[in-house]
Amino acid sequence: MLGEGILKGMAETARNFVGSFVSAERLTTVQYPEVREDPVENARVFPFLIFDTADPEAGLRCVACQICEKECPPKCIFIEKSKDKKPDYVGKQQFYPTRFDIDVSVCMSCQICVEVCPFEAIKMDTQFELATTDRFSGLLFDRKELSKSNEYYHQIHPTEAAEVDARLAEEKAKADAKAKATADAAAAKAATPPPAAKPAATEEGAGD
Amino acid sequence: MIDKMDQIFVLLQHWLVAFLPLSLQPVASVLLAVVAIVCVFPGLFALTTVFERKGLARIQNRIGPNRVGPFGLFQPVADGIKSLTKEDIVPSSANAPVHFLAPIVLVVAVFMGFAVLPMGRNMVLVDMDAGLLFYFAMGASTEVSVFMAGWSSRNKYSLLGAMRAVAQMISYEVVLLLSSVSVVMIAGSLSLTKIVAAQSGYTGYFPHWYIFTPWGLVGFIMYAIAATAETNRSPFDLPEGESELVAGYHTEYSGFKFALFFLGEYLAMFSISGLGTTLFLGGWSAPFSFFTFIPSWFWFFAKLMMSIFVFIWMRGTLPRLRQDQLMNFAWKFVLPLTLLNLMVTALWRFMGEGWARWGVCSAILIAAYILMGRVGMYKEHFGPRRYRYAE
Repeated sequence: MLGEGILKGMAETARNFVGSFVSAERLTTVQYPEVREDPVENARVFPFLIFDTADPEAGLRCVACQICEKECPPKCIFIEKSKDKKPDYVGKQQFYPTRFDIDVSVCMSCQICVEVCPFEAIKMDTQFELATTDRFSGLLFDRKELSKSNEYYHQIHPTEAAEVDARLAEEKAKADAKAKATADAAAAKAATPPPAAKPAATEEGAGD
Repeated sequence: MIDKMDQIFVLLQHWLVAFLPLSLQPVASVLLAVVAIVCVFPGLFALTTVFERKGLARIQNRIGPNRVGPFGLFQPVADGIKSLTKEDIVPSSANAPVHFLAPIVLVVAVFMGFAVLPMGRNMVLVDMDAGLLFYFAMGASTEVSVFMAGWSSRNKYSLLGAMRAVAQMISYEVVLLLSSVSVVMIAGSLSLTKIVAAQSGYTGYFPHWYIFTPWGLVGFIMYAIAATAETNRSPFDLPEGESELVAGYHTEYSGFKFALFFLGEYLAMFSISGLGTTLFLGGWSAPFSFFTFIPSWFWFFAKLMMSIFVFIWMRGTLPRLRQDQLMNFAWKFVLPLTLLNLMVTALWRFMGEGWARWGVCSAILIAAYILMGRVGMYKEHFGPRRYRYAE
């Protein structure tokens, strides 16, 4: 009959109306500033740079390859490459960024910088309260503000961080094995003519 | 004591007026009543906005505004300050005088309607012999203001909204009037106080409200539908359909002018609920004879707020209609049923006392409702569309 559906709908909303006063689990609202929910693991807001050792300057994984700067769709990343080199996490000599700025107001949280980074150096943060009263320099994050430790990364994205660490360890093992292999080969080569050259070759291999 | 409580506002007015010289007393008493109306209903509006937001939130299992003051009760104050401090923009190509006048015309016309509503025993500003007629004259002039707003803004959305509003209001104005005519036929008067007086008796515990008769019930339902459409409330809120028309005829209004439109809409809702209460729900009379000790003004406002609650409830439930559905519903279902209801009312009037008229009138109306629901609202169900040229 005409009007039946309307009555059913009205009954449903009346049930919601009364139910929301009776049972608390119906209300899903979180009273935000007072009550906070932990962000879900896959949450992503804004990129940050990872450093490994205790010193954020020395342990920064970023090698200033500038791929992220080129790939960034809104062009919010600005990198200045260093002139000199310093050893990275595998001990290889690499460039490092003397300046690494990201503009919060321009970033669109697309995560493309994270996807393209071959060094696992840039990751997405879950920190979302980035509002500031200074709309120019307050929204431009420099290298110091962007660097966060690997432990912090483990804290916010545990699964992803474990995967990254495993991958890095594998790479490091591979690099070590390769270094060892080249060292051994060099040693073997050196061993055939005069046996006296052997200790010098091992030293060379260790230094690689 | 009971009488004194019932008449407390009337006595208060007399007491205050008595301080003035005799020559000023009539003017002062009218002014006092006007001030009371102009203060009470906007106050009620402020409360309704926050209760509406909270009610809608509860219907959607949310909490609603709860930050400003205890339980968010001061939300209207914050809203008011916000709308007062906002920039008042008049579009450069708008017709400035008409743009300025439209919200004022709306609020004034709506306030005029309250003049004839009896809000309690002896509590009516002007006891007109043709009060109902006056009310509808004032109600119809709100359409002018809506079209003024839409036309003068020189904006496509405003104009479309205004045209929708006028089409809708005129269609449903007919129903609104015709459904009240049946009350006039039975009460034999256009005076709203006489209509209330005609419903103030009791049989046993039960009141003689018109809603408790077959024609009254149908008339009330048709009145409620028409009133919802008249006040542009959901599900008939096409004129301001925010998903397609930004905000309809008040798209180009900001700041306090927008607040006036908002106020006008809610006041129209109050006054139309007040009229429905007066016509069908016995005005200020108590729902049971043993409740007559509670003051009459309390009952009037209780019924008014109940109607407002139903308005909010419907808004939280029903989706917006399409323009063709709106028109079909008005002209193919509501209007024929209202016309039939007029016949049934006449039948009820001339069949005399007794149970026979209950049976006959109810049977006619129920049969008509089912039939019209089936036939009038029948929609052809088309199958999947086939294109001959594609075969």
